[in-house]
Amino acid sequence: MIELGIEEKTYTLNLGPQHPSTHGVLRVLLEMEGEYITKAEPVIGYGHRGHEHMAENRNYHQFLPNMARVDYLHALAYNQGYCMAVEKLLGITVPERAEYLRVILSEFNRISSHLVWIGAYLLDLGAFTPILYCFDDRENLLDLLDRITGSRLTYCFYRFGGVPLDLDDEFIAGARAFIKRLRTRFKDYNNLVTKNVIFINRTKGVGLISQEQCLKYGLTGPMVRGSGIPYDIRKSEPYSAYPAFDFEIPIGDKGDIMDRYLVRLREMEQSLRIIEQALDKLPNGPIMAEKVPKRVKPAEGEVYQAVETARGEFGCYIVSQGDVKPYRIKLRVPSFGNLSILPELAVDTLVADLVAILGSVDVVIPEIDR
Amino acid sequence: MELLAQFLGTDVGRLIVGLIGVMALVAVNALFLIWMERKVSAHMQLRLGPMEVGSHGFIQTVCDALKLMGKELITPEEVDRPVYLLAPIVVFLPVFLVFLVVPFSRSIIIKDMNVGLLLILAFSTMAVLAILMAGWSSNNKYSVLGAIRSVAQNVAYEIPLLITVMSIILMVGSFRLTDIVAAQSSYWFVLTQPLAFILYIVCATAETNRNPFDLPEAESELVAGFHTEYSGMRFAMFFLAEYTNMFIVSAVASVLFLGGWHGPFLPGVIWFLLKVYAVIFLMMWFRWTFPRVRFDQLISFAWKILIPLSFANLLITALVLKLR
Amino acid sequence: MMTYFKEIASGFWSLLAGMAVTIRYFVKPVVTVQYPRKKIQMSPAYRGYPQLIIDPESKTHRCIACEMCARMCPSQLITVEGAKFPGEKQKRATKYIHEHQYCSLCGLCTEVCPTSALEYSKEYRLVGFRREDAVLDHLILLEKRQKAAGLPPTPIPTAEEIAAAAAAEAKEKEAKAAAAAAAKKAAPAKEVKE
Repeated sequence: MIELGIEEKTYTLNLGPQHPSTHGVLRVLLEMEGEYITKAEPVIGYGHRGHEHMAENRNYHQFLPNMARVDYLHALAYNQGYCMAVEKLLGITVPERAEYLRVILSEFNRISSHLVWIGAYLLDLGAFTPILYCFDDRENLLDLLDRITGSRLTYCFYRFGGVPLDLDDEFIAGARAFIKRLRTRFKDYNNLVTKNVIFINRTKGVGLISQEQCLKYGLTGPMVRGSGIPYDIRKSEPYSAYPAFDFEIPIGDKGDIMDRYLVRLREMEQSLRIIEQALDKLPNGPIMAEKVPKRVKPAEGEVYQAVETARGEFGCYIVSQGDVKPYRIKLRVPSFGNLSILPELAVDTLVADLVAILGSVDVVIPEIDR
Repeated sequence: MELLAQFLGTDVGRLIVGLIGVMALVAVNALFLIWMERKVSAHMQLRLGPMEVGSHGFIQTVCDALKLMGKELITPEEVDRPVYLLAPIVVFLPVFLVFLVVPFSRSIIIKDMNVGLLLILAFSTMAVLAILMAGWSSNNKYSVLGAIRSVAQNVAYEIPLLITVMSIILMVGSFRLTDIVAAQSSYWFVLTQPLAFILYIVCATAETNRNPFDLPEAESELVAGFHTEYSGMRFAMFFLAEYTNMFIVSAVASVLFLGGWHGPFLPGVIWFLLKVYAVIFLMMWFRWTFPRVRFDQLISFAWKILIPLSFANLLITALVLKLR
Repeated sequence: MMTYFKEIASGFWSLLAGMAVTIRYFVKPVVTVQYPRKKIQMSPAYRGYPQLIIDPESKTHRCIACEMCARMCPSQLITVEGAKFPGEKQKRATKYIHEHQYCSLCGLCTEVCPTSALEYSKEYRLVGFRREDAVLDHLILLEKRQKAAGLPPTPIPTAEEIAAAAAAEAKEKEAKAAAAAAAKKAAPAKEVKE
């Protein structure tokens, strides 16, 4: 019997916290009508560990290892942001060689973060091999970073006033060899992924973000650059040794997923350029500032320092009341703002497109929940 | 010995011996194919694959099969029981029956029907019924979605498959598989019909639900596919059916395009199996290279590109044959 | 019409280019190492758990139990105790416990030590069945390493020896305090006299 008078009802689907496609513990509540999504609502907080609370109960040195755990994929940039903020509070100038070392290591880390993104994104789309090629490149990179910092993922390397260990000749030779190797691998990535007609059809014209939406939602990083706005903190508010290097900011024009993918791919090439120039121009000198207090007790005041990470703008806002422990440290993480555009982008899309869009935002959930 | 020859002379005798042989072939083929898939994928991904059990992991599949047999057969409560229990059997039967007409060599063929190819194409379509049965009876909205997608995909890709096969039939003039193989004694049909070969391979990949067309079984989508609610040996039946289906479509490809069992020096059976496994390697190569096609793009690809191209191929073949 | 065919042709060509990449990697040698059978050399800077350095001159550790590392550790997982034994100039560590299950390998303890008594070990094969297996007693580990290197092991002070040393130190302190009090008494008396 056919019942008359049934209205079109929507049903709720839960893209649960444990899922292969959400990068971390993210829950998205979907209301669907047939195959199309009418409403998507991200639910966060499953990974809250209380980093900012920990900051109020530890002194400045003791908070250093926490920064790497906020975003483990680009940990050195977060280290750098925090160290620069405290150095501003204390009024320490970092020697030039240390700044160059910080730039080299952070740029290497940016490349490794983008490699993870490309591999994991293609795994979401159903291609099973590019992730292993990316991780093969990344292994070489991590071995290189391991020689100096001693860690592969959660680095706790920079200290207030500089870096504790210096580069050796083997690192420099290894770095140059890696740069050459990665440049040849880009050709393979282009053939296997970028020019692939299936990949192009899945990413062109999907997930369009206009420039007004970028400004409205406060997006930063490759999301903004993919839509055509050339905003990169390394060029707009230069810090550390970046003014000494000559590099470009890749931008897209339409703001779809393909543009964001190309922006990240080209950013890797620009990072290689920066590292080459830094290795060529590496100055001699001390790697640690001279008068670094053993007991860090900054004067009363507050400071905000922003750095450009692989995901966008990371800002570290420290309020000090003259004590050994900070009064408050606020971490402004890029993924929190970047994820906020998902409900608007997800309306009237298929589930397969939602997975593609969520992957292209490049979220790291632990940094949203901190 | 004479009794055996006499037994083999009768239809029933050939049928029984043939079915026993086919069951053995299907089992060994599945074991070998799963091992081959893991090794091929591993080497394409710069790693080694199974190495522990047996030299280079040869016995790994046997261990996995034993493990699957030991799993609990969970039947959810609200399923439609007869349909739910029948689905794994129905998915497997047509694939099994197709082996009746496949020519392994000049003399090894169970029943040389004069509508052999028609039988193969008819039975391959029955697999779609089984998928729908599995998805619908599971009482799970994800399974139904997966099953519906799979049915739409299979039906859409049947049409260019049939039309492509028709161009070969036009060239040969008969549906009998031994005739088709005999017609390739001087040159293989892949040389005169390369477009048909490519179209056939694409449609075959879609028919067997392999990457890049494996949306019904996709793991990184919400729905885990039509076989979500099946566990243990029933799940293994779906897997077995998929790998045997791969063998069947590759066997048809090698019969239609690659000359069947023709080849110098080695006996016909060896050449046939080599060609079948070469086509299977090609399908595995596709799987580990390409990302997945989105569902609406999959359907539009079939209707807007494959069907016009296969029609064009058929037309050109007909014209060339007429003008000869 | 022509764009339709051109698109098909270019799409098909891109697929073939992708397949060419995969087949090239198919015939390349693998990059993995079969771990339990072949091991990889760790880099010299690799951060394993912090351990006591064996001083090349004194053949024993340099820890003076100042507890800087225990105070610096963000996870408060180091327990150090020390005593000043009679005849020695400085305190010596009598107990050094490092609870590795909480360690984040930040390296602050290694850097803040005034005698540079800590270094990173190269051990990565840390296996245990209980959480308590991760608690490291560094004096015992030092003994093991000294034995392995053929050096005489540093004896770990027992509770009685520590108590005796503490008692001896207390006595010395009393004697010093008494001497200082006597000197003070004598000094003002001298002044009064003058």
